[in-house]
Amino acid sequence: MTSLPQTTEKKLGLVIDLDTCVGCQACVVSCKEWNTSNYGAPLSDVDAYGAEPHGTFLNRVHSFEAQPEAGCSQTVHFPKSCLHCEDAPCVTVCPTGASYKREEDGIVLVNEDDCMGCGLCAWSCPYGARELDEIFGVMKKCTLCVDRIYNENIPEEDRVPSCVRTCPSGARHFGDLGDPESDVSKLVAAREGFDLMPELGTKPVNKYLPPRLKDQPSQSALTPQHSDAKGLFAWLDKALEKL
Amino acid sequence: MASSNQTKIKGKAAARPSPHVSDEIRKTTCYMCACRCGINVHMQDGRVKYIEGNKDHPVNKGVLCAKGSAGIMQHYSPARLRAPMKRVGPRGSGQFEEISWEEAYTLAESWLRPLRENAPEKLAFFTGRDQSQSFTSLWAQAFGTPNYAAHGGFCSVNMAAAGIYTMGGAFWEFGQPDWERTKMFMIFGVAEDHDSNPIKIGIGKLKARGARIVGVNPVRSGYNAVADDWVGITPGTDGLFIMAMIHELLKAGQIDLEYLTRYTNAGFLVNCAESGPSKGLFLRAENGKAQVIDRATGKLADYDATGVKPALTGHHRQAGETYRPAFELLAEQYMSDEYAPEAVAERCGIPADRIKALAADLARVAFEEEIVINQPWTDWKGERHEKMIGRPVSFHAMRGISAHSNGFQTCRALHILQILLGSVEVPGGFRFKPPYPKPPESHPKPHAGYKAGQPLDGPHLGYPMGPEHLLIDEAGQPKRIDKAFSWENPFSAHGLMHMVISNAHAGVPYKIDTLFMYMANMAWNSSMNTSSVIKMLTDTDARGDYVIPHIIYSDAYSSETVAYADLILPDTTYLERHDCISLLDRPICEADAAADAIRWPVVEPDRNVKGFQSALCDLGARLGLPGFVNEDGSQKYADYADYIVSHERRSGVGPLAGFRGEDGTSEGRGAPNPQQLEKYIENGGFWASHLPEEAQFYKPWNQAYQDWAVKIGLFDAPAPYVFNLYLEPMRKMQLAAEGHGERQPPEHLRARMIETMTPLPHWYAPFEQSQVAEDDYPLHALTQRPMHMYHSWGSQNAWLRQITGVNKMFIPGALWDEHGFAEGDWAYVTSPHGRIKVPVARMDGVNGKTIWTWNAIGKKRGAWALSEDAPEATQGFLLNHLINELLPPKGDGLRWANSDPVTGQAAWFDLRVRLEKAPKGAPSEPALPAQDSPVGQGPKNVTYGDDF
Repeated sequence: MTSLPQTTEKKLGLVIDLDTCVGCQACVVSCKEWNTSNYGAPLSDVDAYGAEPHGTFLNRVHSFEAQPEAGCSQTVHFPKSCLHCEDAPCVTVCPTGASYKREEDGIVLVNEDDCMGCGLCAWSCPYGARELDEIFGVMKKCTLCVDRIYNENIPEEDRVPSCVRTCPSGARHFGDLGDPESDVSKLVAAREGFDLMPELGTKPVNKYLPPRLKDQPSQSALTPQHSDAKGLFAWLDKALEKL
Repeated sequence: MASSNQTKIKGKAAARPSPHVSDEIRKTTCYMCACRCGINVHMQDGRVKYIEGNKDHPVNKGVLCAKGSAGIMQHYSPARLRAPMKRVGPRGSGQFEEISWEEAYTLAESWLRPLRENAPEKLAFFTGRDQSQSFTSLWAQAFGTPNYAAHGGFCSVNMAAAGIYTMGGAFWEFGQPDWERTKMFMIFGVAEDHDSNPIKIGIGKLKARGARIVGVNPVRSGYNAVADDWVGITPGTDGLFIMAMIHELLKAGQIDLEYLTRYTNAGFLVNCAESGPSKGLFLRAENGKAQVIDRATGKLADYDATGVKPALTGHHRQAGETYRPAFELLAEQYMSDEYAPEAVAERCGIPADRIKALAADLARVAFEEEIVINQPWTDWKGERHEKMIGRPVSFHAMRGISAHSNGFQTCRALHILQILLGSVEVPGGFRFKPPYPKPPESHPKPHAGYKAGQPLDGPHLGYPMGPEHLLIDEAGQPKRIDKAFSWENPFSAHGLMHMVISNAHAGVPYKIDTLFMYMANMAWNSSMNTSSVIKMLTDTDARGDYVIPHIIYSDAYSSETVAYADLILPDTTYLERHDCISLLDRPICEADAAADAIRWPVVEPDRNVKGFQSALCDLGARLGLPGFVNEDGSQKYADYADYIVSHERRSGVGPLAGFRGEDGTSEGRGAPNPQQLEKYIENGGFWASHLPEEAQFYKPWNQAYQDWAVKIGLFDAPAPYVFNLYLEPMRKMQLAAEGHGERQPPEHLRARMIETMTPLPHWYAPFEQSQVAEDDYPLHALTQRPMHMYHSWGSQNAWLRQITGVNKMFIPGALWDEHGFAEGDWAYVTSPHGRIKVPVARMDGVNGKTIWTWNAIGKKRGAWALSEDAPEATQGFLLNHLINELLPPKGDGLRWANSDPVTGQAAWFDLRVRLEKAPKGAPSEPALPAQDSPVGQGPKNVTYGDDF
């Protein structure tokens, strides 16, 4: 099987803010749009105008409700793509070496020339972050827009993943999570970012920022100063004098 | 686009660090919704490859939503029409024959020319989601028909009109929260396409700063999911909730007194007679100016005289009448027990303590966390102020509170709340976007004076200030086919497109000959009462002729409505056309800048299609419409681009404000510049001009702003004004209903007008709700628009339909359990008007009396180049079938419109229903017969990007 690097020079990844994500799907479609005409085979759409349209997406947003012990139901929008795990089971399971994790930046990629579409990696990924393209027969996954982040043909400020560049609410952040001084690492520290399903031992690089506590309305109330309009008018005359 | 695999993969697979991205970037304006973001269209091999947001653009600043990114699939949609078409089968069949443009124009001219020459009102021209209304209205005016409007009447006219009448502008196109400074933001309802990216950008900024967001919405989706507090209000009660907060603020004296005295009509003296023709009107001097009591002298003064400080209390006696400041009336009304939190809590579905706490929070942030900017400015009376004082609470609302029969007054109440807090046009509050603020007096009045062979006597739409501006004939009957500006809905500032088909079918107020529509799916998701509308469109008279004799429709896609037209003028996609997002129309300005933008053909159409506005230039010339032909009778504008550059509305003021003058260096005013579009393209597709620092806030009263606005041509002389807490034009309508004045409403409308057209907003129950028995129809039913869709355009998109291809009816948890629903179940939903069968799903984050679904997913079989078994057609559904454009009969022999009585806004969200379990399984009902597709069906598979 395929081996993982002992360490990587950088740990590039995403920090996704679940407190800010409104579930608009902008990242999902921008990702599809960029990646279908760049890295490797297109992200095809089967039965695109028919009864069961289904295509390949590298990033999907799941929306669900969570019922806290007390209070009203919360709606959470949960974007999910490859988490570029340090102990990526999708790499070690690959029989051809097509799946690999890069030493220089930690990005997990698929060399499509070597991929035979067996699907083992998708089976081994506990996050369901890989999709086998039905038409092209190769495994597709988030590349962290490896063809953007170093791309000298685009302006430096745009050298971030497509999903990050497009996110309207600024809920997605990109950077080196191996560097404790990076903006993303500081954000994770400040907001108590967490690993998705850490118990699986995959050591995901991507982090999620938890939703802030919601529905904690203040218990305050204004103290009535005037029981009726007449009282208000008397006060108001004096207040206006002071202006 | 389908292709075989493997061969293509070779050579592309390895991670290349710097692949070629595109040959060229062309910058234009998105049209995937109404937001009008700037986009960079990456071109390769002459084709569209990739679309991203334009970082320099004032609206979206580089970001782009799901719709925008899916623009490629819209541009390459298999549903695109290919050529003009003439109907060859019966209406609704979808059977067409492609014809030439010459044939299409000849046919259109054969219908339209006799109308223009004899009875121009028999053309009804309604333009839907038109972003060129200043042009299409000009065409309609030149034709001479009074029957023109776009889609605002079934969208959010209540918000727009209430904003204009109250303070000179509402949300979205008129203004925005001060995202940089606001500390507490309340968002009521949603309409996802109304400022979609700017709101998301703004929410991101608030979140980053830790500012508080309160979502008021029956449904906890989208923005309400990230709101710090969710207020799951019962539909139609937002006005009560707002007025209860006003009650709390008044009782605690938590209002901005100085702001009210300076910038509002709070001090205007109102006639408090028991009755009579002046009751409720302002006391005016001979010069026409409203009078206030000057606190310094205790004497009457013009409200705008220099140095006058209006009293907010007291009274004045004159000629046997008593006058009191409007503020006293306002305070008495909202301080009454009727609006106490305890009195409204149950109806709103919000505990009284919660209402009180929110009012307290608003007051605390507004007054204890005030912002001070050390920026001197000078007001309209010449008084210099050293600082700008901010009240950092802000609001946004759109269709959610608009689309009720009490929506106008609810929207008014929301504006009044902001004004009482002193948070309009101040740092941290609500900011107008030029060319707003613009008070109602500064808008045109509506016109409907038509004569055979002549242009209309003025602009169609506007803001009536009293009965004298209504468009009614001597018998009091409406002059317009949609009955806009009539007694039924006097302030219908955007017209009533949703009433056109039913009125035309009924021949009330008169019959028409040709219905000409653009870009609104009126045979489907944009009409109330869809099944009946389809019958009206296909109904024939005793001779077998269609009751609506001719229908011309322009659309870019094979929508449901195409099938019901006789002649189709195929429009282009948004990447193939010229457009101007004009200051004359609905511009893209920001609070600190005037801005406009263009679209231009980043690719030329590969089909025999034409931008609709260019087709109007051709058709206008053929008909010899004034303004569309030169003196010698030749065509004036070669196409829409020619119009955009060369048309002048006033001397030196044209559709685009940027790069004017022969050398292209003038802003706002200047001679037409033949190179203007090239300049826009060089500049990224838009133009923006920033306000001076001292003009940033207090715009209605700020000399620097007023001078700047005159300089760039927004208006011709400074026009300061005060906000209308008390709305005198409403009182004038009530007076007419009380039997005063030359023009008086018919008897049957009087009581309702007196009840609903109060000059200070009162809450009344939505009409449908008050007419049906709650036991029979205990639930509210709503739609919301998915963030990734824009009405029916989105749900045909190959990528977006994979995200939402079926809309289920979401049922609140308690109701779900009560009915014993399980996953995969179906239900019947019944309204007083009809019954539909729909798939259901559970949701807990929803008001307990409300069920809801996604808007405009359901499709008619055969439309949009989808297969007939597409889930949108077999499981998707429209709520529209349950909503009638008329209310249920109430025994008075009349059928009342299901609209707001002030503006005529379609009351979509008043719907009441009941729910019962249905046999499992598709199809959703009504299952209408399929229409033929004039464009065939889309390809099986899509492998977009394979060729690059």
